[in-house]
Amino acid sequence: MALQTQHPVPGAPPARAAVPRPKAHRFSALLHRSPNLRLAGLVTAPAGWLVLVYIAALAALLITAFWTVDTFTGKVSTDWTTENIVTVLTDPVYQRITLRTLWIAIAVTLIDLVLALPMAFFIAKVASPRWQKLLVVAVLMPLWASYLVKAYAWRNVLADGGLLEWLGAPVGLESPGYGETAVILTLAYIWLPFMILPIYAGFDRVPDTLLEASGDLGAKPLATMRLVMFPLLVPSIIAGTIFTFSLSLGDYITAQIVGGTTQMLGTVVYANVGAANNLPFAAAVSLVPIAIITLYLFIVRRSGALNSL
Amino acid sequence: MASRNRASLVVGVAAAAALVLAGCGTTGGGSATQSAQPVKSEIGPGEGQLSILGWPGYAEDGSNDPAVDWVTPFETETGCKVNFKPFGTSDEAVTLMRTGQYDVVSASGDASLRLIAGNNVEPVNMSLLKNYADVYPFLKDKAWNTVDGKNYGMPHGWGANLLMYSVDSVTPAPTSWRAVFDDAAQHSGKVTAYDSPIYIADAAVYLMAHKPELGIKNPYALDKDQLAASVDLLKEQRKHIGEYWSDVVKEVQAFASGSTVVGTTWQVGANIASANGTNVETLLPEEGATGWSDTWMISSESKNKNCAYLWLDYIASPKANAAVAEFFGESPANPKACDLTADKAHCETYHSGDEAYAKQIWYWTTPVAKCLDGRTDVQCTDYSAWTKAWTEIKG
Repeated sequence: MALQTQHPVPGAPPARAAVPRPKAHRFSALLHRSPNLRLAGLVTAPAGWLVLVYIAALAALLITAFWTVDTFTGKVSTDWTTENIVTVLTDPVYQRITLRTLWIAIAVTLIDLVLALPMAFFIAKVASPRWQKLLVVAVLMPLWASYLVKAYAWRNVLADGGLLEWLGAPVGLESPGYGETAVILTLAYIWLPFMILPIYAGFDRVPDTLLEASGDLGAKPLATMRLVMFPLLVPSIIAGTIFTFSLSLGDYITAQIVGGTTQMLGTVVYANVGAANNLPFAAAVSLVPIAIITLYLFIVRRSGALNSL
Repeated sequence: MASRNRASLVVGVAAAAALVLAGCGTTGGGSATQSAQPVKSEIGPGEGQLSILGWPGYAEDGSNDPAVDWVTPFETETGCKVNFKPFGTSDEAVTLMRTGQYDVVSASGDASLRLIAGNNVEPVNMSLLKNYADVYPFLKDKAWNTVDGKNYGMPHGWGANLLMYSVDSVTPAPTSWRAVFDDAAQHSGKVTAYDSPIYIADAAVYLMAHKPELGIKNPYALDKDQLAASVDLLKEQRKHIGEYWSDVVKEVQAFASGSTVVGTTWQVGANIASANGTNVETLLPEEGATGWSDTWMISSESKNKNCAYLWLDYIASPKANAAVAEFFGESPANPKACDLTADKAHCETYHSGDEAYAKQIWYWTTPVAKCLDGRTDVQCTDYSAWTKAWTEIKG
């Protein structure tokens, strides 16, 4: 207090009360007063991004599907027609391809589920903490290799006289050759980490005390699995299936490398974009997997799996 | 409050989406930009770069095999730095060319007319290209490189789509396309075919010889019934196909591992396979074959037209033409190339200059509704019908 009677020391900061408000604070005050403006400032950039990248792209796809192309000159004509959509939905060839793709995606998902559950359980609940870290790294390892490298590796494994045939020879197993089975095997291998990780995270979240309590109350291990573990795991399992299912549904590279003559929805889109230059038709075909995945997401949304992604 | 905020957010997003879409808009038809420039009258200094779109093996710069290199001499000679992008099928070539990112393209007959119709390539002033005078006369002014009296590029060479088989597994040696059609069952699961709608013509060539009652006169002019017969034959073949190929390297690899033992190929595939020690043979079967006659064309949107002209001239020069023809396994366009091939018998092997032989080959042509064989009483099936049929064949 005594200091106030003295002259301020030159260069010392002036007392705060004497300072007028800097302009910058007016803006923050404005934001403080109007929550709507605050919200707009926060969501405009991400919302704009979402609109540009997802919604506009999907809308463009939808619109393009109603156009046609002059195959000779390759010009897209913008006369509206439902011909492409009708062809995709009614032509037996595309129905077969859709069902085949669906079957491949489901098979890949089931194989990955069967492989991932015991592995994830072991990593989360059985392995010692040190091993746990190592095993998680081991699961992640294949993701460091390029997708193409892995697919081509499988091409060699499945080839005549390849690794699979060599391993199977003593037991009389033959390589399935290039085809649907090869696609399923390869995709199941490539997407496996995407199934293991969410399920491992799910197991990890189940407290050990819960399992002990279940045992104390007389439940046998299998009953504990079924009645305690599994209900808690459902969201994680669904999260894993979303990855494997949707990634397989849209795949077109593996199908070309090990698929032999197998056509999937992805390869039909690819052929129509790259070779036939029929973008409207490709857009119509690509709406099929989008519809299937949207439907699947709607079904699983109610399980709460999407919250744990 | 929260719900009102959410509502306004939704409205905002929807409005933004509408704006974006309005920005995209519907551009009616997207007409091609007609190049208003007249045909070049002189070749100026090179622009320093050239992007080439070509069949694999048409622009080797030594990165695959140090001994195989005709791009580097071109670069040092002209100062045009070459960027090469290979394609696997004519359809792919047409699609890529329409992006306008490439200066020159090696177009086969089933691509060239589509490129000309879409204004993607421009007429070329052949008098500026000194090597054009030497080119075999029977390659000049053909339906696939000349429209309305305007030349659209430099003939490059021609060849046939051959039958390749693995010597150890296919006995006796095949002499006919029967090996991949009626006899395909003998090697079920190990037969291969070219993955493009244009392969329907191969089936038509076979039917021309074995089912004359269908009345096919030209494999690229098929009416509805003739197309249906070809499609049925290919559906029958489909049961025995192990893989369809459009990437010749992948095909060679399948032959090497024994996953494929017989099927259609280009000579370049056989050359690579033999170099890798795979025991394969090729032949031109008795029915004749489909084939290609390629033309180097210049993009109408090219910004490097001087380099493009220099390339067209260079690739038809005796030395470069010999190197390409020998590497890819085709007949050169320039007879002077025959003296410069490493294998002195190359031109004999490929029947270069043998017009009668060249006439046995059905060069790839785009099928159109107006029958190419001159029939006027029926409509022929066009390429889009072939594309749909091809998807159906593969199933």
